[in-house]
Amino acid sequence: MKTETAVEKLGLREIVPGASAEYDGVYAGDFLSRAMSRVTEGDLWVTIMSNVNVIAVASLTDAAAVILAESVEMAPDVVETARAKGVAVYSSDKTVYEICVALGEIEP
Amino acid sequence: MPENVTFHFDVDGENFTSAGEASVMVKKKLRQLGLPPEVIRRVSIAMYEGEINMVIHADGGDADVTVTDDEVIIVLSDRGPGIPDVGLAMQEGYSTARDNIRSLGFGAGMGLPNMKKYTDSMEIETEIGVGTKITMTVKL
Repeated sequence: MKTETAVEKLGLREIVPGASAEYDGVYAGDFLSRAMSRVTEGDLWVTIMSNVNVIAVASLTDAAAVILAESVEMAPDVVETARAKGVAVYSSDKTVYEICVALGEIEP
Repeated sequence: MPENVTFHFDVDGENFTSAGEASVMVKKKLRQLGLPPEVIRRVSIAMYEGEINMVIHADGGDADVTVTDDEVIIVLSDRGPGIPDVGLAMQEGYSTARDNIRSLGFGAGMGLPNMKKYTDSMEIETEIGVGTKITMTVKL
Protein backbone atom coordinates (compact mmCIF):
# COMPACT_ATOMS: atom_id res chain seq x y z
CA MET A 1 0.00 0.00 0.00
CA LYS A 2 1.18 3.51 -0.66
CA THR A 3 2.12 5.52 2.44
CA GLU A 4 1.01 8.67 0.65
CA THR A 5 -2.51 7.27 0.35
CA ALA A 6 -2.66 6.56 4.08
CA VAL A 7 -1.34 10.03 4.91
CA GLU A 8 -3.93 11.70 2.67
CA LYS A 9 -6.89 9.53 3.63
CA LEU A 10 -6.29 9.86 7.37
CA GLY A 11 -5.05 13.44 7.28
CA LEU A 12 -1.87 12.43 9.10
CA ARG A 13 0.47 15.17 10.26
CA GLU A 14 4.11 14.56 9.51
CA ILE A 15 6.32 14.86 12.60
CA VAL A 16 9.43 13.22 11.14
CA PRO A 17 9.58 12.63 7.39
CA GLY A 18 11.20 9.68 5.69
CA ALA A 19 8.55 6.97 5.61
CA SER A 20 8.96 4.31 2.97
CA ALA A 21 6.85 5.00 -0.13
CA GLU A 22 5.03 1.74 0.55
CA TYR A 23 3.94 -0.10 3.68
CA ASP A 24 3.19 -3.80 4.03
CA GLY A 25 0.94 -4.04 7.07
CA VAL A 26 -0.26 -2.44 10.27
CA TYR A 27 0.29 -3.22 13.95
CA ALA A 28 -1.55 -1.46 16.78
CA GLY A 29 -0.46 -1.70 20.42
CA ASP A 30 1.42 -0.01 23.20
CA PHE A 31 3.41 -2.66 25.03
CA LEU A 32 6.92 -2.48 23.62
CA SER A 33 7.71 -6.19 23.96
CA ARG A 34 4.54 -7.06 22.07
CA ALA A 35 5.34 -4.55 19.36
CA MET A 36 8.93 -5.77 19.23
CA SER A 37 7.84 -9.28 18.33
CA ARG A 38 4.86 -8.38 16.13
CA VAL A 39 5.87 -5.36 14.07
CA THR A 40 7.59 -6.60 10.94
CA GLU A 41 9.63 -4.74 8.39
CA GLY A 42 7.57 -2.22 6.45
CA ASP A 43 4.66 -2.08 8.92
CA LEU A 44 2.90 1.03 10.14
CA TRP A 45 2.83 0.97 13.96
CA VAL A 46 -0.13 2.72 15.56
CA THR A 47 0.36 3.59 19.24
CA ILE A 48 -0.27 6.13 21.95
CA MET A 49 3.25 5.70 23.35
CA SER A 50 5.61 8.47 22.35
CA ASN A 51 8.71 8.06 24.51
CA VAL A 52 12.17 7.42 23.12
CA ASN A 53 11.89 3.66 23.59
CA VAL A 54 9.24 3.63 20.86
CA ILE A 55 11.90 4.91 18.48
CA ALA A 56 14.29 2.12 19.46
CA VAL A 57 11.63 -0.53 18.80
CA ALA A 58 10.55 1.06 15.50
CA SER A 59 14.18 1.20 14.43
CA LEU A 60 14.92 -2.40 15.42
CA THR A 61 11.82 -3.71 13.66
CA ASP A 62 12.32 -1.56 10.55
CA ALA A 63 8.78 -0.22 10.82
CA ALA A 64 7.77 1.96 7.85
CA ALA A 65 6.49 4.61 10.25
CA VAL A 66 5.06 5.23 13.71
CA ILE A 67 1.56 6.75 13.83
CA LEU A 68 0.78 8.50 17.10
CA ALA A 69 -2.94 8.32 17.87
CA GLU A 70 -5.10 10.78 19.80
CA SER A 71 -2.70 13.64 19.09
CA VAL A 72 -0.26 12.48 21.75
CA GLU A 73 2.75 14.74 21.70
CA MET A 74 6.30 13.65 21.10
CA ALA A 75 8.94 15.54 23.05
CA PRO A 76 11.41 17.52 20.93
CA ASP A 77 14.40 15.39 22.00
CA VAL A 78 12.51 12.24 20.99
CA VAL A 79 11.67 13.81 17.62
CA GLU A 80 15.40 14.49 17.20
CA THR A 81 16.23 10.87 18.04
CA ALA A 82 13.68 9.65 15.51
CA ARG A 83 15.18 11.92 12.89
CA ALA A 84 18.72 10.71 13.70
CA LYS A 85 17.64 7.05 13.48
CA GLY A 86 15.60 7.54 10.33
CA VAL A 87 12.30 6.59 11.96
CA ALA A 88 9.32 8.31 10.32
CA VAL A 89 6.62 9.59 12.69
CA TYR A 90 3.09 10.80 11.97
CA SER A 91 0.39 12.12 14.26
CA SER A 92 -3.39 11.88 14.14
CA ASP A 93 -6.19 13.14 16.34
CA LYS A 94 -8.09 9.90 15.69
CA THR A 95 -8.17 7.00 18.17
CA VAL A 96 -6.20 3.82 17.52
CA TYR A 97 -9.45 2.13 16.52
CA GLU A 98 -10.43 4.89 14.09
CA ILE A 99 -6.97 4.85 12.52
CA CYS A 100 -7.06 1.07 12.07
CA VAL A 101 -10.54 1.17 10.54
CA ALA A 102 -9.47 3.89 8.11
CA LEU A 103 -6.30 1.99 7.17
CA GLY A 104 -8.36 -1.16 6.70
CA GLU A 105 -10.51 0.62 4.14
CA ILE A 106 -7.52 1.38 1.92
CA GLU A 107 -7.43 -0.96 -1.04
CA PRO A 108 -4.20 -2.97 -1.23
CA MET B 1 33.94 -15.80 7.92
CA PRO B 2 37.59 -16.54 8.71
CA GLU B 3 37.53 -15.54 12.37
CA ASN B 4 34.93 -14.93 15.03
CA VAL B 5 33.76 -11.34 15.33
CA THR B 6 33.01 -10.02 18.80
CA PHE B 7 31.33 -6.89 20.11
CA HIS B 8 31.19 -5.64 23.68
CA PHE B 9 28.77 -3.10 25.11
CA ASP B 10 28.37 -1.55 28.53
CA VAL B 11 24.65 -1.27 29.13
CA ASP B 12 24.04 1.87 31.15
CA GLY B 13 21.55 1.29 33.94
CA GLU B 14 21.34 4.93 34.87
CA ASN B 15 20.20 6.22 31.54
CA PHE B 16 16.82 4.74 30.90
CA THR B 17 16.16 6.84 27.85
CA SER B 18 19.07 5.33 25.93
CA ALA B 19 17.93 1.76 26.60
CA GLY B 20 18.10 -0.17 23.36
CA GLU B 21 21.24 1.55 22.10
CA ALA B 22 23.38 -1.61 22.29
CA SER B 23 20.74 -3.56 20.36
CA VAL B 24 20.58 -0.91 17.65
CA MET B 25 24.39 -0.99 17.36
CA VAL B 26 24.46 -4.79 17.15
CA LYS B 27 21.82 -4.75 14.47
CA LYS B 28 23.87 -2.28 12.45
CA LYS B 29 27.02 -4.37 12.79
CA LEU B 30 25.27 -7.62 11.85
CA ARG B 31 23.93 -5.90 8.75
CA GLN B 32 27.44 -4.82 7.84
CA LEU B 33 28.52 -8.46 8.16
CA GLY B 34 25.79 -9.38 5.68
CA LEU B 35 23.89 -11.81 7.95
CA PRO B 36 20.42 -12.95 6.82
CA PRO B 37 17.60 -10.48 7.75
CA GLU B 38 15.70 -13.13 9.74
CA VAL B 39 18.79 -13.85 11.86
CA ILE B 40 19.30 -10.13 12.45
CA ARG B 41 15.65 -9.76 13.47
CA ARG B 42 15.84 -12.63 15.96
CA VAL B 43 19.10 -11.37 17.47
CA SER B 44 17.69 -7.81 17.66
CA ILE B 45 14.56 -8.92 19.55
CA ALA B 46 16.43 -11.17 21.99
CA MET B 47 19.15 -8.63 22.59
CA TYR B 48 16.70 -5.74 23.06
CA GLU B 49 14.64 -7.65 25.61
CA GLY B 50 17.77 -8.66 27.51
CA GLU B 51 19.15 -5.16 27.42
CA ILE B 52 15.89 -3.67 28.69
CA ASN B 53 15.74 -6.26 31.48
CA MET B 54 19.23 -5.27 32.60
CA VAL B 55 18.25 -1.59 32.66
CA ILE B 56 14.93 -2.18 34.45
CA HIS B 57 16.01 -4.77 36.99
CA ALA B 58 19.79 -4.76 37.36
CA ASP B 59 21.08 -1.22 36.91
CA GLY B 60 22.81 -2.17 33.68
CA GLY B 61 25.45 -4.74 32.85
CA ASP B 62 27.61 -6.12 30.06
CA ALA B 63 26.54 -7.38 26.66
CA ASP B 64 28.89 -9.49 24.54
CA VAL B 65 27.98 -10.65 21.07
CA THR B 66 30.07 -13.16 19.13
CA VAL B 67 29.47 -14.08 15.50
CA THR B 68 30.95 -17.41 14.47
CA ASP B 69 30.71 -19.41 11.25
CA ASP B 70 27.40 -20.91 12.20
CA GLU B 71 25.82 -18.92 15.02
CA VAL B 72 25.48 -15.64 16.90
CA ILE B 73 26.14 -15.93 20.65
CA ILE B 74 24.74 -13.26 22.97
CA VAL B 75 25.95 -13.14 26.58
CA LEU B 76 24.30 -10.68 28.97
CA SER B 77 25.76 -10.38 32.46
CA ASP B 78 24.63 -8.18 35.31
CA ARG B 79 25.27 -7.71 38.98
CA GLY B 80 21.60 -7.21 39.78
CA PRO B 81 19.38 -8.84 42.39
CA GLY B 82 19.06 -12.19 40.57
CA ILE B 83 15.82 -13.93 39.56
CA PRO B 84 14.13 -15.66 42.55
CA ASP B 85 11.89 -17.94 40.46
CA VAL B 86 13.06 -18.47 36.89
CA GLY B 87 10.06 -20.64 36.02
CA LEU B 88 7.68 -17.86 37.04
CA ALA B 89 9.74 -15.21 35.25
CA MET B 90 9.55 -17.28 32.06
CA GLN B 91 5.74 -17.21 32.07
CA GLU B 92 4.22 -14.86 29.53
CA GLY B 93 2.57 -11.92 31.26
CA TYR B 94 4.47 -12.22 34.54
CA SER B 95 6.31 -9.01 35.37
CA THR B 96 7.82 -7.35 38.42
CA ALA B 97 8.35 -4.00 36.63
CA ARG B 98 7.29 -0.99 38.67
CA ASP B 99 4.42 1.28 37.63
CA ASN B 100 6.73 4.05 36.40
CA ILE B 101 8.39 1.51 34.11
CA ARG B 102 5.05 0.20 32.89
CA SER B 103 3.95 3.70 32.01
CA LEU B 104 6.77 3.73 29.44
CA GLY B 105 5.34 0.67 27.71
CA PHE B 106 7.48 -1.97 29.43
CA GLY B 107 6.36 -4.65 31.83
CA ALA B 108 4.30 -6.74 29.43
CA GLY B 109 5.91 -9.82 30.92
CA MET B 110 7.16 -10.81 27.48
CA GLY B 111 10.88 -10.12 27.89
CA LEU B 112 12.24 -13.54 28.83
CA PRO B 113 9.57 -15.42 26.80
CA ASN B 114 10.54 -13.40 23.71
CA MET B 115 14.21 -14.11 24.31
CA LYS B 116 13.51 -17.83 24.41
CA LYS B 117 11.11 -17.74 21.47
CA TYR B 118 13.49 -15.95 19.11
CA THR B 119 16.69 -17.85 19.92
CA ASP B 120 17.78 -21.44 19.35
CA SER B 121 19.06 -21.84 22.89
CA MET B 122 18.88 -19.84 26.10
CA GLU B 123 20.60 -20.58 29.37
CA ILE B 124 19.97 -18.60 32.56
CA GLU B 125 22.47 -18.62 35.42
CA THR B 126 21.23 -16.55 38.32
CA GLU B 127 22.10 -16.12 41.97
CA ILE B 128 20.18 -13.99 44.44
CA GLY B 129 22.14 -10.90 45.41
CA VAL B 130 24.95 -11.69 42.97
CA GLY B 131 23.56 -11.31 39.47
CA THR B 132 22.31 -12.99 36.34
CA LYS B 133 24.06 -14.26 33.22
CA ILE B 134 22.03 -15.18 30.18
CA THR B 135 23.59 -16.93 27.20
CA MET B 136 21.60 -17.13 23.97
CA THR B 137 22.45 -18.48 20.55
CA VAL B 138 20.88 -17.90 17.15
CA LYS B 139 21.94 -20.27 14.38
CA LEU B 140 22.86 -18.80 11.02
